Formats: sequence, C-alpha cells, structure tokens
Amino acid sequence: MMNALKNPANRAWVVLIIATLITWYLGEVGAAGTAAIVAMLVIAFIKGRLVILDFMELRNAPTMWRMLLEGWLILVSSLILLAYWISLK
Amino acid sequence: MASTTSAPEEAPHSKRLPGDLAIWIFILAEMLAFAVFFSAYAFARAGNAEMFNLYQQTLNRNAGALNTLLLITGSWFVVLAVQAAHRDDNKGVSRNVALGILCGAAFLAVKVFEYAEKFGAGISLSTNTFYMFYISLTFFHFMHVILGMVILTAIWLQARKGAYTSQNSHGLESGAAYWHMVDLLWIILFPLVYVMR
Repeated sequence: MMNALKNPANRAWVVLIIATLITWYLGEVGAAGTAAIVAMLVIAFIKGRLVILDFMELRNAPTMWRMLLEGWLILVSSLILLAYWISLK
Repeated sequence: MASTTSAPEEAPHSKRLPGDLAIWIFILAEMLAFAVFFSAYAFARAGNAEMFNLYQQTLNRNAGALNTLLLITGSWFVVLAVQAAHRDDNKGVSRNVALGILCGAAFLAVKVFEYAEKFGAGISLSTNTFYMFYISLTFFHFMHVILGMVILTAIWLQARKGAYTSQNSHGLESGAAYWHMVDLLWIILFPLVYVMR
C-alpha cells in the first residue's frame, strides 16, 4: 500500500477520485452561491493541475510548456469566476 | 532554464516534453477552443442565471460524476501504460492501454444513456439556451472521447506487437497526452455545467 503511493500517478488518482466525490456531494446537498462556486472552482483547479503535472507528466517538462498548460487552467478558472461573480451581483 | 529550484535528484534528467511537439500544439489548439466554449457558457449564464439554475437541476448529476470517475481512472491506466513502457514491460503497456479504452467505452455508454433520457423527454438544441449549451458542449467533448479512443486503439494494436519500449515511447506518450487532455476538459466541464450554481 505504502509502496503503491510512492508512484505520483497513484497518489494523483486517489486525490482526483476524492475531489470528484466532494464536488458530487456539494451538488447533492444543493450547495450554491459564492462559497460553493469558489470551492468547486478551487477543487477543479487542483484536479486540473494534478492531471497536467502527474498524468501529462509536465512536472519536469520545459518551463514554457508547463506554463502554457497551467496558464490555460488559470485563465479558464478566472473567466468562469468572473462570469459567476457578475451573475451574483 | 531560469528555474534553479529543481530538486537535486532530478538533476541527471534534462527537462523533457513527453511525446511529439506536434501533438502538444494540437492539444493547445483544442484547449483554446474549449476555453472559448466554457467562457461562452459562463457569460451566457451570467445574463440568465435563474433559467440556467432551473434547467441545470434536470441534469443527471450522478451520471456526470460517474463519468468523471471513469475518465480519471482511464487516464490513470494510460499513465501506468507509459510507465510500463519506460521499464520495458510490454504486457503492462497493452494491458493498461486496453483498460484505458474500456473506461472510455464505459464513459460513452453512460453518456448515450444520459442523451437517450434527455432526447426521449423531447429536449433538443432549440429547447432553450441552457440545453443548447449542455448538448453542444458535452457532444463536442463526446467526439473528443471517441477520437481519443481511436488513438488508443491504434496504440494498443502497436503495443501488442511490442512497439513501445524505454527507447521508443514517443507515440505512446503522444496518444497518452491527448487522452489526458480529454480528462482535463471534463474536469472543468462537469462542475461548470452540472454542479456550479
């Protein structure tokens, strides 16, 4: 068990599964509004970053490529956050 | 490289982009297109939040979450396939790629079930703006899952001939990168369309 968790891909898989269940649970309890939106975006951001770094294996890729993909994640989450912020005004 | 903070144990490996440069350019173009669609959804919703919130309730959130688990697990199998190639474990490559394809097939099955439910209820692209986005965004993604599975199937056929080794894993890594992109896009799409309100 401990040995399996030495593999970053296995660790990422565990975190991704737990994070997905949290988002699903937030949906089940009808979480809405600023706190819920921010929480779900933060969870999606963490998940996306794990996929980029540990599944796509860009952790040790040239800086430009890592920044392009992580930058995409920051851009998309910021635009979604902005749009939801507008809708809450 | 400006970065001098990398851990000492990483020093022997030079920084390297897995797979071919061309696939990464293709991936970036696809991701840019999805960034536009995600933003279009979010801003269209901003002007119509009550209607979006109302119809979002009709979506099958369990199916969406199950599909997230399937894509994450499919992606994980494909990472294990790449790792198997790096240690010259031929059987490990083809087995894990096959498991990745199975997860993709299960995703498609869940999605077809979900579409049948919605289309059966008479919902279409022209029902309202929310369903227009729901159907077009998820269907555009659906097509990418199919393309990913075609790529993985081609890789699986090669893998069975022992094509991927520690010396030659570029093709496998390129296909893997595309498959992870399909996963990454769904990780944003699921909370955005199914849950956030």
